[in-house]
Amino acid sequence: MITATPSRAPALLALAFLGLAIAAGFLPVLWLGAAQGFSRFDGYIIRVLIFTLMQAGLSTAISIGIGLPLARALARRQAFLGRGAIIRLLNLPLALPAIVVIIGIIEVHGAQGWLGGVFEIYGLQGILLAHVFFNFPLAARLMLAELERIPAESWKLAAQLGLKPLDIWRLVEWPQLRGSLPGIALLIFLLCAASFAIVLTLGGGPRATTLEVAIYQALRADFDPQRAAVLALVQLALCASLALLAQRFGGLMPGWPPLRTMPRRYDGQGAAKRVSDGSLIAVALLLLLPPLLAIAVSGLAQFRVTMMLLQALATSLALGSSSALLAFALAWPLSSRAARSPIWRRWSGLWVLAAWIVPPAVLATGWFIALISYAGVGGLSVFLVIAMNALMALPFVYQSLSPAMAQSAEAHDRLCASLGLGGWNRFRRIDLPSLKKPIGLSLVMALILSLGDLTAISLFGTQDFVTLPALIYRQMGSYRFDEAGGTALLLAMLVLALTALAERWSAAK
Amino acid sequence: MIRLEHVSFRYEDMVMQFDAAFPPDSLTAIIGPSGSGKSTLLNLIAGFETPGTGRVLIDGVDVTALAPDQRPVSMIFQDNNVFAHLDLWKNVAIGIAPSLKLDAAQRALVEAALGKVGLGALAQRLPGEISGGERQRVAIARALVRDKPVLLLDEPFAALGPALRRGMLDLLMDMQKERALTVLMVSHQPEDAEYAASHTAFLEDGRIVALKPTPELLASSELPGLARYLGDWRS
Repeated sequence: MITATPSRAPALLALAFLGLAIAAGFLPVLWLGAAQGFSRFDGYIIRVLIFTLMQAGLSTAISIGIGLPLARALARRQAFLGRGAIIRLLNLPLALPAIVVIIGIIEVHGAQGWLGGVFEIYGLQGILLAHVFFNFPLAARLMLAELERIPAESWKLAAQLGLKPLDIWRLVEWPQLRGSLPGIALLIFLLCAASFAIVLTLGGGPRATTLEVAIYQALRADFDPQRAAVLALVQLALCASLALLAQRFGGLMPGWPPLRTMPRRYDGQGAAKRVSDGSLIAVALLLLLPPLLAIAVSGLAQFRVTMMLLQALATSLALGSSSALLAFALAWPLSSRAARSPIWRRWSGLWVLAAWIVPPAVLATGWFIALISYAGVGGLSVFLVIAMNALMALPFVYQSLSPAMAQSAEAHDRLCASLGLGGWNRFRRIDLPSLKKPIGLSLVMALILSLGDLTAISLFGTQDFVTLPALIYRQMGSYRFDEAGGTALLLAMLVLALTALAERWSAAK
Repeated sequence: MIRLEHVSFRYEDMVMQFDAAFPPDSLTAIIGPSGSGKSTLLNLIAGFETPGTGRVLIDGVDVTALAPDQRPVSMIFQDNNVFAHLDLWKNVAIGIAPSLKLDAAQRALVEAALGKVGLGALAQRLPGEISGGERQRVAIARALVRDKPVLLLDEPFAALGPALRRGMLDLLMDMQKERALTVLMVSHQPEDAEYAASHTAFLEDGRIVALKPTPELLASSELPGLARYLGDWRS
């Protein structure tokens, strides 16, 4: 038996690395932040905190305000041409890197854009526009899945009792949504409170900045680790409590829920309801499609292969695959132990959750402070970017490996024990071939996440190495929007190709 | 009472064809293999499906084009007959008024129905706090207050043990006699048909192959499909 269960050493190593990385982020912030005390908790920090909460709250409210009626309309209209395509379209924004979508939004709503002048793109309006673009499809998709869980009999009962639309909302739809709504709202609030790229690019200076971006500015522009530590402490408290709350409501890290066959509906057959549902869906498409089209159209027009672009592509791929491999190397032994021992399951789960709860900027602050006294971060920047991206991907990798690992342990452990098959041989001969798909899926997911990352590269990047998102940001910064559009298109295509691959793998499972 | 005239209905690549008159003021059991169209038959009568051709008549009135709530029909399903977040009283009251605002006479009706099915003491409970059999009783109480002349049941007691099922059948038979209801009940248990149903219909491949007094149908030997379906259930 001893020979067949994987050894503890790699898992202990992974846990030690994880613990060290998080402690190195967390403890210096706590120590330096607490040492500052409330003396540095000044008007600026309060303004930033208020703006963070306000924009996240507004983004959440608008996203749900659009997503909820859209989900109801899509649930009610079950068989129109293009329904499947629209639902797939709802998955698209979150699959794209934020910086790519920002380019699309600027192309459409910027001063020179297709719909220029409708919104003030830099400042609160722009931030809300981008957050809503990302999150109303998420809200709609999660709530649609919730509505699809209403049993077919309830719709029959509603039809037989002659329930009116308002009764159906009160007695059938709302009771089903009520339970999941807090989780969905908290998830969106958390995503908006911790979002970096959107606020960095569309926020207008100190008036419209959030904690996450303010930390970045304190570290990279003002070189003020004390202020960064206080900001990080506030951000940590905010995000940790939100994440734990969301976890309680089951809203944390939901995968895309599978689409079920929707039970037959008998309501909403009247012309008025058809028109109102149709208009709702049209409004959603009007919000979603133009920025996506803009990425494709202007990107194609501006696409030029330059040396800089190729270098950024190579850097992105190299960094991305390194951090994907690192995330995998951490997640594999942990999920392997977790599949076989409840104690490991609890501890691995806890540390993986911690990697999700501690926002990247907070980790970065801690690492900065920890490393300043030594060599500074310059020479280490490549490794720090890789490590941070790996940590950001770890929860998702762990999440996708764990169930497959548990299944494999259940199926193979006794046979392997009786054959005396263990260690490297078992990994190579048994686990790798039988877990090919989940492994591939988790690697691709980690790769997608780090390809789109602007946070880690902004916090630790140097002039010497530039990824695709960093290149886009740079091109935007020097007002070369045309070039930024071309780069964004390349990044979008790369990420979408990988997403399609991942979807195929997860469907084939 | 219930008549289907040349009713045809296409489900995927199967065409069902129903032509029958069900005996009024009696309980008819509907048996047949899975996929033979038993549930579809009830759905056509209740208005949850629309026939491709043909007419559905209830009490001489053509209801083919009427919405489910316009038909004089109550239906009880195998599962999910109650709204989980409403207490039993409200689950029954909703059969009278979806607004749940009842006058004194209507309240008395709800209380009487709950008493009749033996749930008078549990009126304030939520469906999650009672047993599966009790939940089906809630559906029966709701059918009582709706007071429609036709009652359709789609495998209503399939999840219940034999003794509980017998009790439910007794309740159903009482109700049928008292209100002179026309009841159609889909079941997989020939002994339920034998116990409770004056008539039984046997369905096969989307057709009503036989509709006879129950003892006669269960004893008949000239239907090979029926013999295959029943096996030696008496042993």
